[in-house]
Amino acid sequence: MKNPRVIIVGGGLAGLMAAIRVAESGVPCDLFSIVPVKRSHSVCAQGGINAAKNLKGEGDSIAKHFDDTIYGGDFLANQPLVEGMCEAAPAIIDLLDRMGVMFNRTPEGLLDFRRFGGTMYHRTAFAGATTGQQLLYALDEQVRRFESEGKIRKYEGWTFLSAVIDNGGVCRGVCAMDLKTMEVRTFRADASIFCTGGIGALFVRSTNSVVCTGSAQSALFQQGVYYANGEFIQVHPTAIPGEDKLRLMSESARGEGGRVWVPKQPGDKRPANSIPENERFYFLEEWYPKYANLVPRDVATRAIHKIVYEDKLGVGGEPAVYLDVTHLSREVLDRKLEGILEIYEKFVGVDPRKEPMKVFPAMHYTMGGLWVDNENQATNVPGIYAAGECDYQYHGANRLGANSLVSCIYGGILAGPASVRYARNLEKGSDATDESVFEAERVRQREANDRLLHQQGSENPITIWKELGDTMTENVTVIRYNDKMRQTLAKIDALEERYRHINLSDRTQWANQTLQFARELENMLILARVITLGAIARDETRGAHYKPDFPERDDANWLKTTKASYNSGKIKLEYEPVDVSLIPPRERKYTAAK
Amino acid sequence: MPDKTFIVRVKRQQHPDEAIHWDEFELRYRPHLNIITCLRDIAEHPTTRDGREVTPVSYDANCLEEICGACAMLINGYPRQACSALVDSLDKPIRLEPLEKFPLVRDLLVDRSQMFESLKRMRCWIPIDGTYPLGEGPRMSPALQEQGYPLSRCISCGNCLEICPKVNEHSDFVGAAIISQVRLFNLHPTGAMHASERLEAMMGPGGIEDCDNAQNCVKVCPKGIPLTESIAAVNGQVLRHAIKSWFTGHD
Repeated sequence: MKNPRVIIVGGGLAGLMAAIRVAESGVPCDLFSIVPVKRSHSVCAQGGINAAKNLKGEGDSIAKHFDDTIYGGDFLANQPLVEGMCEAAPAIIDLLDRMGVMFNRTPEGLLDFRRFGGTMYHRTAFAGATTGQQLLYALDEQVRRFESEGKIRKYEGWTFLSAVIDNGGVCRGVCAMDLKTMEVRTFRADASIFCTGGIGALFVRSTNSVVCTGSAQSALFQQGVYYANGEFIQVHPTAIPGEDKLRLMSESARGEGGRVWVPKQPGDKRPANSIPENERFYFLEEWYPKYANLVPRDVATRAIHKIVYEDKLGVGGEPAVYLDVTHLSREVLDRKLEGILEIYEKFVGVDPRKEPMKVFPAMHYTMGGLWVDNENQATNVPGIYAAGECDYQYHGANRLGANSLVSCIYGGILAGPASVRYARNLEKGSDATDESVFEAERVRQREANDRLLHQQGSENPITIWKELGDTMTENVTVIRYNDKMRQTLAKIDALEERYRHINLSDRTQWANQTLQFARELENMLILARVITLGAIARDETRGAHYKPDFPERDDANWLKTTKASYNSGKIKLEYEPVDVSLIPPRERKYTAAK
Repeated sequence: MPDKTFIVRVKRQQHPDEAIHWDEFELRYRPHLNIITCLRDIAEHPTTRDGREVTPVSYDANCLEEICGACAMLINGYPRQACSALVDSLDKPIRLEPLEKFPLVRDLLVDRSQMFESLKRMRCWIPIDGTYPLGEGPRMSPALQEQGYPLSRCISCGNCLEICPKVNEHSDFVGAAIISQVRLFNLHPTGAMHASERLEAMMGPGGIEDCDNAQNCVKVCPKGIPLTESIAAVNGQVLRHAIKSWFTGHD
């Protein structure tokens, strides 16, 4: 069709990049976001963005970035697009630099790079310790420029409820709700790109932002989009424990020389600074002499679990280890790590420049997500594209630090033009779709709201949510046992039953956040089930998926992608081969150099 | 032993057209609580201290680590982020009110879209030719980066507008955050090529002339951005630009 229109849902890095690319191609674009896009979760990314620009004379290369990423992901990622991402990464950094990102510089005025987990090279460009914020703002500014030219229209303060899919199974637009007026409306589009981020809320306490509920992914899954590799959940080794949120302490702290340790003596109550050097156990350095504090996240997280729960060496007998940057120079602390040190100081009330930080692992990222093809971020439903954390494509069984920002932007770069090509090639656009298709979807969503608003019962959505988070965190994160995970499934059954008896304490039709949350919670319960089922089925250990009863990687049976589908309330798992055509799988072992 | 509790008073308004009232909640104390946890506790048990069942409090929040800017509100009368406001360090009873300089939506939720509109009006972006490969960006000295980076950490929370006596219903003043962004884009090598556009906008309605130099803004910035320095710098740029335009006609 001649004059297509594209909708993008989600205004983080992937969504904004996709929007810029669509607008550049001259196609009008509607951008939906729950929060003003400048407040998207991408702001929370701290450490940096990877690209093998080899500006440190180390002989880094795209091939090495590619190999580190595949190896780090334990060979579960399809390889061609990962290679494409690593190839594109240096130009992506240049683009961001041209957009005005205040990257740290060398004395010569070039971009500075630091080390990150799972690599021996200085490959991570950074802007202090708030790189995600800086990147998001750069894209936000470009989008604002297109907006001022009338090429992008923003719908901020709207939440996505469902796709509008016609009788032929083609997506013709979206159904969304205005979070102020609670109006439910449909919007026509010839292609829709979903960049709806992470799913931290399934675990309640995570490093993610409030909007990272996975609700959109779950809604699409229920409408026929495959969900792939859901069982691969990254737990970041170093975060500050907290009741409302587990605040990330970036890997960059270790990239700049920070060290992880515990007192050698169990339950040692002395203040950290008074414990002499020879009474400290730098367990990562000892166990992994080559990568030391920069082993990948799954490895570091399991090591911390072992030291705390098996060796009983947690700081003061508690589930915590020290992350120590007190020996680093003032210059490094102030110029390269200030952003995260400030978070620690504000939320804990202790100056990490003077005292080692107390940290513990926290749910951080989903490697799994909406299934997309191996070319251009298209899902299995025509007209639906996905990019960013909400897709499953780039990180296999474990994501390397500082690869998420590059995968978000690369996904957006691909999805934008691909959606435009698809839309232009459509014989009939969404304006030819009968209004009744849209009206039916609008009514279905409106009725779902009405049901919740009029329902009588005694259950509170926040209570159900907290119980979901507890069981998911306990049984479906770092260490997984099939019997425990079956208990989680039974718990989800019970929570779904209780969900039917939710009593919304707010029945108004104006900025009703309780209704919004209840809608998200229903979707969270379904996605939690997908993740748990996938984890139970996969009887092996690979990357972040660790089963003590099946401690080895099992390529003969499990070198395959999990694809979950949904049909009338039933979740089905099927599998497809992983494209390992470029790097043959080999053993992944961080105790030695690769 | 009964749990230790504390009181939170919330200014409520279900709709901008409705009358204001206050609700008082008694919450269970735990160490390290922040205001976000208080609001979640209320949502889980939305009953006031005198036993009335009420609606949960509407509020804005996202990252919960003071980098998204969403959860700004008046806490004990002072504009700040709810996530980093720790109960242990606040006088009790704790008083929560919405920011007053922005249109109210409901309870503690306000509409700050005017800030994003101002960024548009002041052309706060680097005009790149396109996203296609054009090689590396301009070289930049570490000194310039160290000047720009703190400015680019502005989270658009609106605290500096809230505290500014010149931001009010009788004025269009864009506020310190926006002026500081103009400074940021004007100091970038590519942005500097288009500085005059931003300065022209800054000379227009709601621009820098409206600043009365009260210097409250810098005190409430959660990111410690040198806002008064930014105002002085942009003031100087505007002045030089005006003189130059006066001599050369237009430029």
